[in-house]
Amino acid sequence: MTWLAVGVLAVGSYLLKASGLVALRGRRIPPMLDHVLSLLPAALFGALILVSTVGGDRALVLDARLAGLAAAAFALWRRAGFVVVVLSAAVVTALVRAIA
Amino acid sequence: MNPMRDPVLRPAITLGIAVGVFGVSFGVLASGDADLPIATTCALSLFVFTGASQFAAVSVIAEGGTAAAALGPALLLGLRHIGYGLSLDRTLRRSLPYRLLAAQFLIDESTAMATAQDDPEQGTRAFWAAGLSVFVFWNLGTLIGAIFGSVLGEPETLGLDAIFPAAFLALLVPLLRGPDARVAAVSGAVIALVLVPLTPAGVPILAGAAGALIGAWVGRRRRGRSSP
Repeated sequence: MTWLAVGVLAVGSYLLKASGLVALRGRRIPPMLDHVLSLLPAALFGALILVSTVGGDRALVLDARLAGLAAAAFALWRRAGFVVVVLSAAVVTALVRAIA
Repeated sequence: MNPMRDPVLRPAITLGIAVGVFGVSFGVLASGDADLPIATTCALSLFVFTGASQFAAVSVIAEGGTAAAALGPALLLGLRHIGYGLSLDRTLRRSLPYRLLAAQFLIDESTAMATAQDDPEQGTRAFWAAGLSVFVFWNLGTLIGAIFGSVLGEPETLGLDAIFPAAFLALLVPLLRGPDARVAAVSGAVIALVLVPLTPAGVPILAGAAGALIGAWVGRRRRGRSSP
């Protein structure tokens, strides 16, 4: 990741944060667009979970990460905190790899 | 006055510490799994300062995607801040330079805490308390994680790559309150599943954003049927 990419991401993120506070002042956005914007994070996290679990180099890869995700889901279901959730995913994945 | 008895400072500091721990895992992943230098990792937390986008960008890099491919999903995730800014329009009713400075600290936590206050003055205080507290702890956590991640062994042996889906799942669950959000999340995952074998890294996530359109469309049809 180059400094240029870091810069573009920083400036882009800042402009998105500032736009609602400054540029759109007083104006309203249509409710339907507002609703779609509010659903964007859920859609993107769905895609991110999928890709980070079974994504490979232009291929679907089923490996120990699936067991890690299952462990994370179980921890979340038991209302565990964030640290416990990510640690259980890492530990279970590492254990499955060590055994396999 | 004891800051831990203040109704605004106490939750702000507690939130900051929790996010700081999250920052440690970001630092570990960025420097360990995505192999970024410590300086780049810390620059992301200082200047981008929005965790979800940072995680998304770094996960694309870790999958072998280019920096350009990493930008799309990260910036799309940032779109929600437009809505945050709009909802804080009445709370942060100040001069333009003030708003431009506040924009850097416009994040999930500061928005949530500011909009939870009835009084605009208290809302402004809550915004800055949460924004600054999270900023300090997030960056501290990132630095610790980046140093730690760069000296750890093979990230795969330690199962660190599985932290990505676990973190994204933990971020997703609180969003799944309505049926539209569940449709959006599942649609995003299915789109990505189909595209992973066909397209370069980053594209499946970007295309998964269309899940938001599907969620809104299905929701509108459902509401159309139930209230004719």
